[in-house]
Amino acid sequence: MIKTIRPKLELLSRRLIEKIIDEAYEILDKQGIFVENKEALKLFSQAGMKVDKKTHRVHLKRRLVEKCLATAPAVIKLYDRTGERDYTVGGDEVHFDPGSAAVTILDHKTGEERKPETKDLVDFSRLTECLDNIHFQSTGLISSDVPHPIADIYRLYIGLIYSRKPVVTGTFRVESFRPMKDLLAAVRGGNKELAAKPLAIFDACPSPPLKWSNLTTQSLIDAARAGLPSELISMGMTGATSLVTISGTLVQHVAENLCGVAIVQLAKKGAPVIFGGSPSSFDMRRGTTPMGAIETMMIDAGYAQIGKYLNLPTHAYMGLSDAKTNDAQAGLETGLGAVLGALAGVNVISGPGMLDFESCQSLEKLVIDDEICGMAYRLIAGIAQREDPIATDKFEGFTPETQFLSMPHTKKWYRMEHSYPLIADRDTYDAWVALGRKPIAERASEHVEKILRSNPPALVEKDVRNELTRILTAYAKDNGIASLPALP
Amino acid sequence: MKKEELFARIEKAIIEGRKSEAEDLAREAVKAKLDLTEVIEKGYVPGIQKVGDLWEKGDYFLPELITSAECMKAAMAVLQPELDKAKIQTRSRGKLVIGTVEGDIHDIGKNLVASMLSANGFDVVDLGADVKLEKFIEKAEETKADFICLSALLTTTMLGQKKAIELLKQKNLCGKFKVLVGGAPANQKWADEIGADGYAENAMLAVKMVKRLMGA
Repeated sequence: MIKTIRPKLELLSRRLIEKIIDEAYEILDKQGIFVENKEALKLFSQAGMKVDKKTHRVHLKRRLVEKCLATAPAVIKLYDRTGERDYTVGGDEVHFDPGSAAVTILDHKTGEERKPETKDLVDFSRLTECLDNIHFQSTGLISSDVPHPIADIYRLYIGLIYSRKPVVTGTFRVESFRPMKDLLAAVRGGNKELAAKPLAIFDACPSPPLKWSNLTTQSLIDAARAGLPSELISMGMTGATSLVTISGTLVQHVAENLCGVAIVQLAKKGAPVIFGGSPSSFDMRRGTTPMGAIETMMIDAGYAQIGKYLNLPTHAYMGLSDAKTNDAQAGLETGLGAVLGALAGVNVISGPGMLDFESCQSLEKLVIDDEICGMAYRLIAGIAQREDPIATDKFEGFTPETQFLSMPHTKKWYRMEHSYPLIADRDTYDAWVALGRKPIAERASEHVEKILRSNPPALVEKDVRNELTRILTAYAKDNGIASLPALP
Repeated sequence: MKKEELFARIEKAIIEGRKSEAEDLAREAVKAKLDLTEVIEKGYVPGIQKVGDLWEKGDYFLPELITSAECMKAAMAVLQPELDKAKIQTRSRGKLVIGTVEGDIHDIGKNLVASMLSANGFDVVDLGADVKLEKFIEKAEETKADFICLSALLTTTMLGQKKAIELLKQKNLCGKFKVLVGGAPANQKWADEIGADGYAENAMLAVKMVKRLMGA
């Protein structure tokens, strides 16, 4: 059998990759990078780097960063809530998760964006749990009915109760890491167990250009020491917070991420770290940051290729749209992003469900995007030979009456070779009219309701749930919050 | 060089965003002992106004806008000391205190608005990013500003815009300054909800709104 090719997208030549990396190293050494965190500066200082404590500027030597790269794992294993199912993050494996930390939800009934509440978070988690092509869940919505100091931990709490899938999350405050890690450890039954089978990825974003804030640096250090993977989310905006050229933005992206890798490895040698990002093309007309721009996707595919060259797992914000509703633009941008991301072999692709520049989640879009992700998976599975001979034996005794539909060969392969969408419209015109001329968002909404109705919640065990509630309540109390919304 | 020719060259330098030329021409005007108010009104101001027109037509994008605004700033830095020396009061169209509210370090949008307002002849006191709400009010009182402009990029920090207005109410300073809000999460509805005097979606609309509110 001839080996199946995994189709691949590569935008950079090896020479260009090496040039980008060389320049990133030169900037880190000569200009340095700002790290506004005392502990990290101390780690750099101890490693022999030149640190200016007043300006928080550290000059990073290439040899140190290369040493750190050598100890960072190329492949990470993530485990679901049960600890039984594992996911490989590395190589050319692709895992989609919903775009994270939306501040609004698109209300299908009114067609308006509104602030999400606890019930939306629960529906979102339950829905994610049921979508086969969305491998990880994300703390995708910020609940407006809990006070801000516990907003980050609360969304993790809901996710852990209602879905088994590994979580992509992050902290909003330095103090939040501890209780969030406690929730994860409670699910695993201990800190050691959690480090052995990580259940969550923590996103940490540098502030472009060339700065790691106190909050995100602390998150890198804390996650490294807990054995949890950090995702480095550099986010230059071309011409606004990074150079306007795509290659120039890649240099800065690589410099910021390399500093992140160094912080993680200095905090704990061998700790898992993912080379990710959420950069964007900057719209010079409107001052906005379109995630659906083809140039944004080119930056993503570019740095992912560099991440692979550096032998690190990769992540990108792709498969999302700047549209405000589930229209043609939403499908177009999501489809392009999901397919390009999958072709580029990005290991963790965050984006499905998301609209309006990473700010709005839509349950309807999430189920549409699940189908898009399914198509992307089918694409990268490639064209296989399947049988030997491929066809000649099937044509033996061929006549004009030969039936393909009833061939055993058809029955054997049709489900593996092809996919059958539930939401995309493949009806004839007459059938479409007879079904009420429903636009895709309408069909998606019916599908959302059907899923939520027919799938009982994948609730965590009672005693674990009690422990999660105890941790959250105690933390809320420490922050002066006496009561929390009741869960459905 | 004739006066009119100089004005035309100034206008062109601003439109095309040539900074050193905009400065040189300002120096030339000083050397020729021209009426500097006239130089500003007939050379520089028409230039930046044309830039605004080009933006509205869709020919100019943010880089052109900002470059021209910076040219204006550079030329004014040459002219202002001369005006001060001669004790000439230029016609200020209004004074604004602007900044990104506390807890928020995002200042691209705010900088755009500040540059465009300043280029259009407004006195802009830029307090930077992560600015304490009290500071806005203190500075506005100190400089006798007409406007307080509050920028926020995050939904969490945009609450600072609301708090600032509440703070003004507490201090009984509400009618004294007009409060303008802006930033990605803000919109007209939010401005109405918190009782702000104005909201603008982008820097050019902010200039228009401020002009309108000043009755200019």
